[in-house]
Amino acid sequence: MAEPLLRVENLVRRFGGIVATDKLSLDVSRGELHAIIGPNGAGKTTLISQLTGQLRPSAGTIGFAGQDITQLPAWRRSQLGLARSFQITSLLPDFTASDNVALAAQARDGHSFRFWGNARKEKHLREAARSALARVRLEHRADVVVSKLSHGEQRELELAVALATKPQLLLLDEPMAGLGATESARMVKLLSELRREVTIILVEHDMDAVFALADRITVLVYGRVIASDVPAAIRSNEEVRRAYLGDQHVVTRHG
Amino acid sequence: MTASFNSRNAIAVLIIAGLLLLPVYSQLSGNVFVLTLFTRIVIFALAAVSLNLIMGYGGMMSFGHAAYLGIGGYAVGILAAEGIGSGFVQWPVAIACSALFALVIGALSLRTRGVYFIMITLAFAQMAYYVASGLARYGGDDGLTIYKRSNFGGLINLSSRVQFYYLCLGCLFGGIYLVSRIVNSRFGLVVQGLRSNEQRMQAIGFPVNRYRLVCFVIAGMLCGLAGALLANNTDFISPAVMYWTRSGDLMVMVILGGMGSLFGPVLGAIVYLVLEEFLSQVTEYWALIMGPLLLLIVLFGRGGIMGLVGRLTRG
Repeated sequence: MAEPLLRVENLVRRFGGIVATDKLSLDVSRGELHAIIGPNGAGKTTLISQLTGQLRPSAGTIGFAGQDITQLPAWRRSQLGLARSFQITSLLPDFTASDNVALAAQARDGHSFRFWGNARKEKHLREAARSALARVRLEHRADVVVSKLSHGEQRELELAVALATKPQLLLLDEPMAGLGATESARMVKLLSELRREVTIILVEHDMDAVFALADRITVLVYGRVIASDVPAAIRSNEEVRRAYLGDQHVVTRHG
Repeated sequence: MTASFNSRNAIAVLIIAGLLLLPVYSQLSGNVFVLTLFTRIVIFALAAVSLNLIMGYGGMMSFGHAAYLGIGGYAVGILAAEGIGSGFVQWPVAIACSALFALVIGALSLRTRGVYFIMITLAFAQMAYYVASGLARYGGDDGLTIYKRSNFGGLINLSSRVQFYYLCLGCLFGGIYLVSRIVNSRFGLVVQGLRSNEQRMQAIGFPVNRYRLVCFVIAGMLCGLAGALLANNTDFISPAVMYWTRSGDLMVMVILGGMGSLFGPVLGAIVYLVLEEFLSQVTEYWALIMGPLLLLIVLFGRGGIMGLVGRLTRG
């Protein structure tokens, strides 16, 4: 059995008296699309933030590609190939779409203590930006300033930026948040293409999308994993049904 | 967009040509005062340009930038007092001391953000001010007279008004060129990205504080050079150039002219110091006129004078 790409063991994160992540363990294998679902407040974003390094866990370890990354800062993890998109769009609003992606490519391309040459004229950075934008079908918006892009386009750009860092693992925190039906469908299509190239952890509320895309689903409730299995098994899992009792229909709508 | 770009270029060309031809005007009209005034303006413009690099492009609101004017100035003054008159020694020492100071206070203050960063840079500059006041051997509170300007062999004579003016102007243009290269380089894009969204830059793999610190040091060195020029210009250096109001003046010049534009700080320095000069001749309460004027520009002219011109020519 191959070593999993990501191994989370007994992760704990407390905020004062609240335990947001409670002895959480999770394995993600290479090539898998692993969805994480759970009711609001289940600690999904807290988990993502610990994986990417924005938050330090109170206890437990995170292993990535055979290396213990629990203590590494966010930028180091990114350099190791762990990319994220944000639940609330986080881009460089006063830069063009293409600049946003080119900077991600630049981050991948060694240090940036180069003070003289014009970075916007470096062909391979622009080329990397162009191809990442093409990947999410935004190349026609390359020279538009981010603050002038639509919300849907910004969500796609988030993805392009993450891709430009050439990640081994892509952490997507609710990529469909705030998208309309057509935009959501586009995003699902996009993700179904991307999953062939890169391992993905997908946190999402849109259950149609989750069940359509995921190889495995982990269900989080109160910071604990109550089930981690293939979609069919999750759908028929009694404990999951109970946890989702309030909005049970969400899980079973297509059951 | 193109209109504003062109009008900005037009301003830059006007500034360059005006500053280059100023000694000619001074000579022809016999107006020596204007050359003296503009030598001072050019030196402060260089300091403002350096502040703009961290404040306008890097988003680091340093409220202690005048400290480097003092450090550069004292490096020249102290070396001169100790009998080392060569500019080839004095000026590199001025720049190196500024770099060192920037490195230390940058490493400490860049851990903070926002108001705390403003306050901690202010505190460090005030510390430098009090240290200089305590230098009894070098005049303490009263300051230090520099009896001989920096000596560059036969290369250039700093005691000649015109030569010294052109030297200052050369430093200013050199500084602007340096900044223009930096802001378009890989390094410059990272620094501007940090101003825009630090979290995002971290997430794509940039160790943010290293880039901020290097930028902070470059700006400090450039301002240290301005300090060396200033000491030569006044033949005198005192703790007063480091006082927090001086840092405030520099900030006002940058904001007035237009943060994050190459020539904005130069324009800001010209407008601010010329206004100061003439208003103070009219009334001793010149600050009463200057204050509301600044307020108006900040309120209605986002992007300073540069931004205002851009909008006017477009509309």
